[in-house]
Amino acid sequence: MTEKEYNGIFVFAEQRGGEIHHVSYELLNKAEELAAELNCPIFAALLGPTGIKAEELIYRGANKVYYLEDQAFGQPDELFYKENLVDLIDELKPEIILVGATNFGRSLAPRVAAALDTGLTADCTELRVDQAGKLLQIRPAFSENILAQIETVTYPQMATVRYKEFVERKRDGTLEGEIIKKRPTKVQDQSVEILELLEQQEINIAEAEVVVAGGKGIKKAAGFELLQRLATELGGVIGASRDIIDVGYLSKEYQIGYSGYRIAPKIYIACGISGAPQHVAGIKEADKIIAINTDPSAPIFEVADYGIVGDLYQVIPRLIEEVEEDERRDN
Amino acid sequence: MKIIVLIKQVPEMERVKFDTTRGVINRKSAGVEINPFDLNALEAALQIKEEFAAEVIALSMGPTRAEGVIKEAIARGADDGILLTDRKFSGADTRATAYLLASAIDKIGNVDLVIAGEMTVDGDTAQVGPQTAEYLGLAHIAYVTKLEEITEDYLTVVAPTWDGNYSKKINYPGLITVTKDLNTPRLPLLKRKLEVREAEVEKWGIADFETELDPQDVGLKGSCTRVRKIEVPSPVEREGKMWTGDQLREAITEVAQICQEKDRMGE
Repeated sequence: MTEKEYNGIFVFAEQRGGEIHHVSYELLNKAEELAAELNCPIFAALLGPTGIKAEELIYRGANKVYYLEDQAFGQPDELFYKENLVDLIDELKPEIILVGATNFGRSLAPRVAAALDTGLTADCTELRVDQAGKLLQIRPAFSENILAQIETVTYPQMATVRYKEFVERKRDGTLEGEIIKKRPTKVQDQSVEILELLEQQEINIAEAEVVVAGGKGIKKAAGFELLQRLATELGGVIGASRDIIDVGYLSKEYQIGYSGYRIAPKIYIACGISGAPQHVAGIKEADKIIAINTDPSAPIFEVADYGIVGDLYQVIPRLIEEVEEDERRDN
Repeated sequence: MKIIVLIKQVPEMERVKFDTTRGVINRKSAGVEINPFDLNALEAALQIKEEFAAEVIALSMGPTRAEGVIKEAIARGADDGILLTDRKFSGADTRATAYLLASAIDKIGNVDLVIAGEMTVDGDTAQVGPQTAEYLGLAHIAYVTKLEEITEDYLTVVAPTWDGNYSKKINYPGLITVTKDLNTPRLPLLKRKLEVREAEVEKWGIADFETELDPQDVGLKGSCTRVRKIEVPSPVEREGKMWTGDQLREAITEVAQICQEKDRMGE
């Protein structure tokens, strides 16, 4: 196969409950950069129930949106998605395929790659085009100690990117493009049945603007009530390092780091968190990192913008007081 | 009922030191262990075995020294194990790894359930499970956090997908990948540990396969991705202002201000 046979950048536009996930807009932003280098079109593949505002993908830079409409896409069924995506990819023959590394994307993309007998690079933090027009995929490895530059020797070249890794393409309502509505080419089978949605996630830590997180130094579960007060005061949410999840103070949806959520808040406040590399991996995209820790040699201070050496049980109540006072003064 | 558990030998990631100048891990700085998530996969298989007369086989690909993880899996309760080892298997990316694992599972035959850890701690891709399922032509469920109903024909499980937890049912044959939340792995039995110490681990090289495998599809040859270069990331510059002891008042004032400036940040 030659490169010429494959043209265009294909973005999998993930939707949930008829809402397009914002990681799709982040992928479109990167796709636009790559397409400018390669001088090629951008396709967005939207698989979902009827009634999704597919034009939003045009306003975010897609030239053509392939909208496969079927109620069955309202269920996260990887096999059904895979079969239909593979047919669409075979028809379009894109040179690059980008998928958001959400829990669903991370489960779906490997199936698609295997079905196409092509390579897949997980969790890329940067994507570039080299002089030969090949996609260079950069991903961290070994707890973020190194960055590996990876190339794919087959086509299409596939990569997943974590949510919040890239900035999203700004919406431009004047952009034009084409929406091609299609019916699924394959039907859903019953090898996996999605029985029911048990519970909706309580918090969405990945999208919070302020995150106040606790680690080992918090010592008791009740300490999170204090963190919650500060978080509420600042319009944010609480989070935790892995130690806290392991002892069961909070559930996994609060976990920040390598094996938890990667976050990109405007303010991140680390309370009693030592700052293991596995934790730092999840917070490096934060605009401002504030660390509170009794141990002045804690590694968290090396990555923090502001560090307070002190006991969180003394510092945080005073911080809450100060913020409340400032707000009263401003009003 | 036959259950395959996929396992991998990995460096002890919590202890391993890193040679940043050469861009490689210092293998002497830490030992090796079973990928921690694979212990949860094995435990799940053993729990199913407790309900039904299942045969649990641990399957791994790696150099000959990786037979240690097969022995450990047997000490922990697996009935048997196979190590896929051959010079021609080396240099495999996730695609070539999954292809080989699927070929071996085909060769074993009559497999009802394949269980894998959600990812490995050294590769961190979470790709091999779903890729193996695809090469086997089986359905899969990723990130299982709970086994609900265990029967001889199907499993019902809980797995987080999209913004919630879903109850899902998978009919055999199928593949699941499991998280650390699923269970607490049991420890190896000393008696079994002693038994397997001298035992010979079954090893399959490329010559042991017939029609199940195309030699072009394994190892480096069968890999679709190549590492072109290793870079050491440049540390992010941060302001790094610190307050100690008696500067607490000043710290509180300044930090409170920073917190409230957030609405003007990131523009």
